[in-house]
Amino acid sequence: MRVGLFIPCYIDQFYPRVGIATLRLLEHFCPGQVEFPTSQICCGQPMANSGCVSDARPAAERFVATFRPYDYIVAPSGSCVSMVRHHYHGLVADEAALAEVQAKTFELCEFLTDVLQIEPPAGRFPHRVGMHQSCHGLRDLRLGKSSELNVAPFNKVERLLSKLDGIEYTQPDRADECCGFGGSFAVYEEAVSCMMGRDRISDHQRAGAEVLTAGDMSCLMHLDGLIRRERRPLRVLHVAEVLVEGMGIGGA
Amino acid sequence: MKTFDHPTAAAEFVADDAHAHWHDQALWFIRAKRDKASQTLPEWEVLRERAAAIKQHTISHLGDYLEEFERNATRLGAVVHWARDAAEHNAIVHGLLRERGVRRMVKSKSMLTEECGLNPYLEQQGIEVTDTDLGEWIVQLRREHPSHIVLPAIHIKKEEVGELFHRELGTDEGATDPTYLTEAARHRLREKFLQAEAGLTGVNFGIAETGGFVVCTNEGNSDLGTSLPKLHIASMGIEKLVPRLDDLGVFLRLLARSATGQPITAYSTHYHGPRPGCELHIVLVDNGRTKLLASDDFRNSLRCIRCGACLNTCPVYRRSGGHSYAASVAGPIGSIVNPSRDAAKYHTLPFACTLCGSCGDVCPVKIDLPNQLLTWRQRIAELGLLEPSKRRLMGVAGKLLSSPRLYAFAGSAGRTVLRWAPRWLLYNRFNPWGRQRELPTPPDESFRQWHARRGRGGKS
Repeated sequence: MRVGLFIPCYIDQFYPRVGIATLRLLEHFCPGQVEFPTSQICCGQPMANSGCVSDARPAAERFVATFRPYDYIVAPSGSCVSMVRHHYHGLVADEAALAEVQAKTFELCEFLTDVLQIEPPAGRFPHRVGMHQSCHGLRDLRLGKSSELNVAPFNKVERLLSKLDGIEYTQPDRADECCGFGGSFAVYEEAVSCMMGRDRISDHQRAGAEVLTAGDMSCLMHLDGLIRRERRPLRVLHVAEVLVEGMGIGGA
Repeated sequence: MKTFDHPTAAAEFVADDAHAHWHDQALWFIRAKRDKASQTLPEWEVLRERAAAIKQHTISHLGDYLEEFERNATRLGAVVHWARDAAEHNAIVHGLLRERGVRRMVKSKSMLTEECGLNPYLEQQGIEVTDTDLGEWIVQLRREHPSHIVLPAIHIKKEEVGELFHRELGTDEGATDPTYLTEAARHRLREKFLQAEAGLTGVNFGIAETGGFVVCTNEGNSDLGTSLPKLHIASMGIEKLVPRLDDLGVFLRLLARSATGQPITAYSTHYHGPRPGCELHIVLVDNGRTKLLASDDFRNSLRCIRCGACLNTCPVYRRSGGHSYAASVAGPIGSIVNPSRDAAKYHTLPFACTLCGSCGDVCPVKIDLPNQLLTWRQRIAELGLLEPSKRRLMGVAGKLLSSPRLYAFAGSAGRTVLRWAPRWLLYNRFNPWGRQRELPTPPDESFRQWHARRGRGGKS
């Protein structure tokens, strides 16, 4: 099995530690099978979500060409995976290649639980953790039940962390309210975006979280920006980082 | 002329932090009620599925069902009129009133007449129009528009209503007790009901099979407004049809639960033809709906039953208020239907959204709202209506993010600047990210640099 690791552009540039944690996890569960193809860059979502389809096309074509040879493509970002899986139609000329790539592209937690079907790993993470449900992972990829739907509850990300000793989930009001990031929304609708972010942080603080985690670093980038500006006592960690720290596989 | 844009209007709303938070909480309260109410029905998701299917079927045979509706309504003694657009609708209504010498009309809440601008038009013709839904009457007294399709005065606090009623109705100064204020409104509105020579209602559901229709209100105002006057005009968007009387149960169960968390609206009044000695006129209005019907991308937005659930759940709507959408229908569904009327005017609406998807999951008729919002963004870019700054930015981003060399260079240059630049250079009015937020702390190397170093036997 060959697993192609996709590290989204903003994680590559600003959060290499998340990329490293993701790689460590994948290497732990699929030793010798993980590759990072260096011709990758970006899934194209920033341009596509702004309506600029023609500007997104080269990125999408590159993604499909880069990752087609792999059996699985895994990324630590629900949002980018949703872009590939749900919004590439019309962007990529070779439809057969596209369908193939779409079917084997997975978000990290989804890959671990659904494809590898691992049991939640043992470890230790003695912290009060607030889980931020990133919208694209939640409602596009269905990594968990959204609060609007009346179906049986499930949450793949929480389940993955459930065997870490000492972890204590804090439950914020409004379980899955959006953080207000939304890509260029965060810039063009700055006022609403920041109000949403502050509200989300306050919800988690009221619930007693010390660590805020999510499957999407983009949400956390926005929230962390607000947290640091206001010097609030919260640490943000990607789910991959929580797992790696908890499992003690961080390496040197 | 000041052009409308959502970000500016939203920022003004958000600037009053306490009020914006109050607004957010008021609507979230309704959303939470909706959750509870929907959870009382184990078959909720099945109902949504069924409702979506019925509506989709109706829309795909809309011409046939409209004709069936017209035939049956006419058989029952109603007169059916067809209006291509807002102007035709208003002219038909005015014509009916003028021919009968009507000077005063009461209305029960109808977002369609808001859409058509009926009130100002009739007032110009010297006809007094009174909105009898309490919330809508409050906004009418304030010379405003509803900010929500179900809760038109949700943006107004009871203290403000107290001041308004003190000024307009002579209630006690400083009085804010809702019961007292409602009582005062009830007295004044009762006079209006008694004086009115015509009553206009909207239509929640038209039934093709019978030619009848249903109007849902919580205050019984449509019943009062149509029981006394001899003329009843019903303004109905052509998408409001359901095929059979049996279908109604599905929608009445979904509508109130989705809208306000009630099991059913307090009054669901069925009208089948005029009362003896009275007249019933039904005005079927297109006003852009056939344009939506013709569009593969946006057709299923015609399923909408105007419950307002997508507004209540939308984190952007809750914090920016309905007026920031500058249209009769605000929120996610408004951001889809309004650009189809005037893409240039409403080009910022599909971007007033984080694509969080909550609207799609809450929608009782399963409209794929987030998808359509995304598609609208593409259409707006194709129409050349994107802000030039965004257009340029995305052009640059597109090039940068598809060329490995450019990307690597810009990445390390960017990180270096972030690390060494003085604060004033990074945080100024040209950086909307940094007004309220810190930029990410740039690491020494990117992931790919780390990875390359590790591959060469570097320490990892």
